[in-house]
Amino acid sequence: MAFPHVRRARSMELDKKDRLSNPFHLRHSNSTKSVKTCAQLSLEDILQGTTNAAVSAQARALLEPSVKPRDAKPRLLLMGLRRSGKSSIASVVFHKMPPNETLFLESTTRIQKDSIHSFMDFQVWDFPGQLEYLEPSFDLEDIFGSLGALVWVIDAQDDYLDSVARLNRTILTVQQYYPGINVEVFIHKVDGLSDEYRTDAYQDIIQRITDELNDAGYENAPVHFYLTSIYDYSVFEAFSKVIQKLIPNLSTLENLITTLGNNCGFEKTYLFDVLSKIYIASDTRPVDMASYEMCSDYIDVIVDISELYSWDHPLRKHKGDQVQEAESHVVLHDETMIHLMEMNKYLCLVSVIRNPEAREKKGLIDMNCRTFQEALNDVFSRSWEHPEDHATN
Amino acid sequence: MDARKKKRKVLLMGKSGSGKSSMRSIIFSNYVAKDVRRLGATIDVEHSHVKFMGNLTLNLWDCGGQDAFMETYLASQRGNIFSDVAVLIYVFDIESREVDRDLDTYSAIIEALREFSPNAYVFCLVHKMDLIQAEHRQRIYEERSALIRSRSEQFRVDTFGSSIWDQSLYKAWAGIVHKLIPNLTVIERFLSAFAKKIDAEEVILFERSTFLTVTSVSSEVGDLNPIYDRHERLSNIMKAFKHCAARNTLTTPASAGFVVMHTKTPQFNIFLGRFTDNTYIFLVVPPGEAAYNCAVLNTMLAREGFSKAAASGRSDGFPLPPPDGPEDATMNGVAIQA
Repeated sequence: MAFPHVRRARSMELDKKDRLSNPFHLRHSNSTKSVKTCAQLSLEDILQGTTNAAVSAQARALLEPSVKPRDAKPRLLLMGLRRSGKSSIASVVFHKMPPNETLFLESTTRIQKDSIHSFMDFQVWDFPGQLEYLEPSFDLEDIFGSLGALVWVIDAQDDYLDSVARLNRTILTVQQYYPGINVEVFIHKVDGLSDEYRTDAYQDIIQRITDELNDAGYENAPVHFYLTSIYDYSVFEAFSKVIQKLIPNLSTLENLITTLGNNCGFEKTYLFDVLSKIYIASDTRPVDMASYEMCSDYIDVIVDISELYSWDHPLRKHKGDQVQEAESHVVLHDETMIHLMEMNKYLCLVSVIRNPEAREKKGLIDMNCRTFQEALNDVFSRSWEHPEDHATN
Repeated sequence: MDARKKKRKVLLMGKSGSGKSSMRSIIFSNYVAKDVRRLGATIDVEHSHVKFMGNLTLNLWDCGGQDAFMETYLASQRGNIFSDVAVLIYVFDIESREVDRDLDTYSAIIEALREFSPNAYVFCLVHKMDLIQAEHRQRIYEERSALIRSRSEQFRVDTFGSSIWDQSLYKAWAGIVHKLIPNLTVIERFLSAFAKKIDAEEVILFERSTFLTVTSVSSEVGDLNPIYDRHERLSNIMKAFKHCAARNTLTTPASAGFVVMHTKTPQFNIFLGRFTDNTYIFLVVPPGEAAYNCAVLNTMLAREGFSKAAASGRSDGFPLPPPDGPEDATMNGVAIQA
C-alpha cells in the first residue's frame, strides 16, 4: 500500500554501545595467534557446522591487504544510459522513496556519491548517463580503484542495443586494468513487459553480451543478470545478491544461518539490513519470493508500529527486566509463523517457520537466536583478531 | 434478545466519481488502493451486507451518483431510499469545480432524509484530500466543512477529510462504525476495567475483517502518546500486512488473518490476538517480561469468560453481560498479577 509519508529514521534504536565498530575496516593484525579465540565462539549447542578451521581460513583471507587502507569502503557504481532508472533505483533502495514518486526525479548531471552507513559502510556512485567516463580525461583509477561492483542498468522497455554495446565497451576497457571486477546487469523496468517479452529480452541481452565478450577473448566474464523493477521486490532481491558478494564473511554467515535454521526447524531464514531491507545473508535453501516478501513486509510492520509507540516520556516506566533487543513473532491464519529478532543496530534476523513442532518450542528458538546473535557479532567484530579488546568489552 | 441483533441501513451518496465505491471496496472488500481504478461506475443502487461485530449488520446502499439516478432517488424512489436510514454518508469530491451545485444536491438529499428518517446520523467525507497540497489541506477542509454544516438543517453532521491513499480513510470509517455499535458503553466499560487490571497503556479493539478500530481505551500514561492518528495508522499497517500474507500464502485477503502477534521492544510490548469471533484485541503494555506474560494470560482468561457468557445464551453477538449483572463474575476470571 502506498504510504506517502517519508519514512522514519531508525526506530528500534538501541541505547547500547554499538558493538559493531566498522566491521569491514581491515585491521592489520601482525600475528597469527589471533585465530585462537574463535574457539570461544561458544556455539557448541547448536552451531556445530562452523568449525574452527573454516573460520580461521576465512580470517586469514581477510588479512590479505588487498585494499588500500585510505579508502576501504567498497563502492557500487550505478551506470547505464540516461533515463534507464539509475537514480530511481538508488532512491528507492537506499532512501526509502515510494516508487511512484521517482517519476519526479530530475535527471542526474554529475556523479552523485552516497555514503551508506549500515552494517557495512559502502558508497553508491550514481553516474549521469551521458557521461563519457572512458575518455582519457577521466582517471580510471579514481573511478574503478576501490570498486565493489559495477551495476549496469538497462531499460528493457527501450531499445537496448546501444546500452548493450556501451556496456561491452566498458567491460572490455575496465577489465584490462581491473580483472575480476563484478559486473551486475539490471535489466530494468520489466514491470511493464509481458512475461513472454520479458524472457525474450532477458535471453537476448545475455546472448549479446556473452557473445561479444567471448569474441573479444574474454571468456567466463563475471557478469550476472537480474530482471528488476522498482515496483516490486525484485530490485531489493537483486541488490541483496550484489551486496552479498561484497561481504567477506558471507560463507561464514551462511553457514551459521543454515545451522541455526536446521536446528530450529526454520523453513527459510534471512539476515536483513533493516534500513534498506536488503538481505545480506540467508540459509542455503533456495530463496522464494513469497517468504522474502513476507519477511520484508513484517520488518515494515514492526518498524511502523515501533514508530507509533516508542515515544519518550518520564512517566513511562518499566515493569521489570527484559532483553534489550526487540523480538517479535506473528502466527498467520495458515499457522505459518514469522519470527523476527533484532541482532544489532542495523541487522535483524527474520525466519519463516511452518513446522508445527518447531513452533511449539518458542523458548528454544529465542535462545538459539541469541546464541546466533553472539556469533554474528563475533564475526563482525572479528574478536579473534584482538582478544584483549574483546575481553574488556 | 433479538433487539440486539441490529441491521442498520447505511446510505452512501455523493456525486458521480467522488469515490464512494472505491472506499467501500477498500474498507469492506479488501481492495488495495491502486486496485480501485478497475471499478466502473455504479449503476443505480448496489446493495451489500456487511457483518460487523456479530450482532451488527450494515446494510450498505451504494447509490450511483449520476444526475439521472439522483433525480429518481429524490422523486419516484424517495420513500424507498430514504426511509429507515440509520446513517447517511455523503461524499464530497474536494476537487469538484461545481461546489455550489454539489451543495444544492446535498440540501435536497438532506431535505428528503429529514422527511423520512429524521433521526439518522449524517457523516460527510471530504474526499480525495491527497490531491490538495499538504500545507493547504487543513484550511481548505475547514472551509468546506463549514459550508457543508451551513446546509445541513437540523442534522448534527460529522465531517472527515479522507483519502484512499493514507490512513485518513480508516479514521473516517472508524468514526462512522463507532456510532453504530450497540452496547458500546458496556464494551468500553469492560475494556477500561480490564486495561486497569493488567496495567496496559492502551487497549484497542479492532474489527476482524476491516481492521477498523471499534473502540479503544488508554491509561493516563498512554494518553500522553504524541501520535494522535496511531489507531488509523495501525489499521493501515495491519491491513497492508494482511494483504501481503494473503498474496504469499495463496489465499484471498478475506480469509487471511492473524492468530496471534507478540512484539517485545525496549520501549513497549504489544500483544495482538483474536478476542471474539469478530474482533482482535491489541494491548500495549510497558516493558517487562513477567508483566507482559501475565497480561497475555489475563487476556486469554478474559476471552474465555466472554465466550462462556456467550454460551450461556445471554446474547448472540458480542457476548457481554448486561450492564448491572454478572460483570464481576467475568472479572473474577481475570487472574490478578502477583
